[in-house]
Amino acid sequence: MQYQSQSVAKLYFIAAIGLFLGQILFGTVLGAQYIWGDFLFPAIPFNVARMVHTNLLIVWLLFGFMGAAYYLIPEESETELFSPVLAILMFWVFLAAGAATILAYLLVPYATLAELTMNDLLPTMGREFLEQPTITKIGIVVVALSFLFNIGMTMLKGRKTVISMIMFIGLTGLAVFFLFSFVNPSNLIEDKFWWWWVVHLWVEGVWELIMGAILAFVLIKTTGVDREIIEKWLYIIIAMSLITGLIGTGHHYYWIGTPEYWQWWGSIFSAMEPIPFFMMVLYAFNMVNQRKREHPNKVAVLWAQGCAVMAFLGAGVWGFIHTLAPVNYYTHGTQVTAAHGHMAFYGAYVMIVLAIISYAMPLLRGRAAANSNKAQVVEMWAFWLMTVSMVFITLFLTAAGVLQVWLQRYTETPMGFMEVQDKLQIFYMMREIAGIVFLIGLGVYIYSFFVDSDGEEATA
Amino acid sequence: MSEVFTKTMARNIFYGGSAFFFLLLLALTFDTQGVLPERDHRENITPEVVLGKKVWEDNDCIGCHTLLGEGAYFAPELGNVYKRFGNSKDAIIGFIKSRPKNGIPGRRSMPQFNLSDEELNAMAEFLKWTSEVNTANWPPNIQG
Repeated sequence: MQYQSQSVAKLYFIAAIGLFLGQILFGTVLGAQYIWGDFLFPAIPFNVARMVHTNLLIVWLLFGFMGAAYYLIPEESETELFSPVLAILMFWVFLAAGAATILAYLLVPYATLAELTMNDLLPTMGREFLEQPTITKIGIVVVALSFLFNIGMTMLKGRKTVISMIMFIGLTGLAVFFLFSFVNPSNLIEDKFWWWWVVHLWVEGVWELIMGAILAFVLIKTTGVDREIIEKWLYIIIAMSLITGLIGTGHHYYWIGTPEYWQWWGSIFSAMEPIPFFMMVLYAFNMVNQRKREHPNKVAVLWAQGCAVMAFLGAGVWGFIHTLAPVNYYTHGTQVTAAHGHMAFYGAYVMIVLAIISYAMPLLRGRAAANSNKAQVVEMWAFWLMTVSMVFITLFLTAAGVLQVWLQRYTETPMGFMEVQDKLQIFYMMREIAGIVFLIGLGVYIYSFFVDSDGEEATA
Repeated sequence: MSEVFTKTMARNIFYGGSAFFFLLLLALTFDTQGVLPERDHRENITPEVVLGKKVWEDNDCIGCHTLLGEGAYFAPELGNVYKRFGNSKDAIIGFIKSRPKNGIPGRRSMPQFNLSDEELNAMAEFLKWTSEVNTANWPPNIQG
């Protein structure tokens, strides 16, 4: 750690990991509800558990992105953070708002929460992933603006690098497109149209810039490869992300009442969305192969390379398998979508946050470069447990999805939804087992922070 | 990458490409907004349909169901439920009303939301309206 004010990142990373644990606990609850339909009913209905699972994911990834920015922006800008006090204040505001929202989901019926928070004044609730009460959404905007101000001012007074610029563009895009969460026309079709301007333009748009910038930072630090080379790769990768991803939005506009030309635009452009992810794999492995130094933090490099590979598989390959309109006609809204969603989020966004945490946390905790060998080995176990179990979760959900499509859609004698669900039980069982292994992997990950923390640092 | 391809070129492709395709997205969006009224039969959005959408949102129905294929995959697709239930609003209302408070042992069950008659009717109207949107023949069959 070169600048004192980078230490605010530590708070953000700790909160991120804590909320990650909550997310996965509720994930295992949801998996159980797929097997035993009445599990925890009516105390925690499926929709409530799902809101907690997805909202915790979003919130902890945002904590991760902000922590990453507070760590890497001062270092890139070669100056102290503009206002560490503001960063700490916003941390507590965001944590309090996030925790209160999650608790409200669990403790109050959703309709009551909508009433209590006066949703009718500006109705924004009750849409997938945007379930937060309007007041929470306003809070998110305030936190995001303060955060952008803070890192923007830091960049202004210091060195301007490509990495910090791309990070800033990505985070600004994140804040700007979130504003569409306040657009909720009473016409469902228009509502759905603009909803994707938050969801798609986040995860298949500006978040990829954030991911690219963090990956570039970690690669520069751990490989010592010339910044010029890394930055050139970064530019071309994120160029391909936006060139394919912006019009790729069309793959959500096939069957929701939007014009049929989107089937062409969406299919052609989203078929190219794997390209930037494939380039990320080439890039991460090339940079490590051309490394100018042996960095003692081996596990951070493992996360960075793993992130590129899993993002390519989850977002790229699993996105492609159901993105062409004639295929999507049958797979739209099935377990195939769920399979893709799980591996894509884990590969692209969970792993990039864990990569920067893995790189930065030893430094934030006062190490010179890395944890002890023993602690790194434990963290590597966590990497493999979580990554392999996520591969299995994805495979089981894909199998469930293919069978679901076959029985319910792609047949002369289609069966009803619930009847088909009964036939998918075996896959839901295996998915739940894989989910529990993931939870164990996360336990090992958390444990790795407490292993041998006084031990001698690993050397290259 | 070779030295012929410089960082400046990469930067220009990023800024130029992003700007161009964002403008293209805006143009297509503008066109879509013009065409949508022919497909979403918005002239039939009555106050009941509006209330129905509010009830849909206030109870987080999307947290279990899909609606035109979007949402959660725990419970049946509802975009065409009006047609699946034999073009019957009463069947929809009857189903929602009859959910047991404590669920069904061992099975998935919809919660009992205690909706008023006005809300139930609005929900049915909303689902009827949704089933009549032009969705390019999706879903493939009545099972959703």
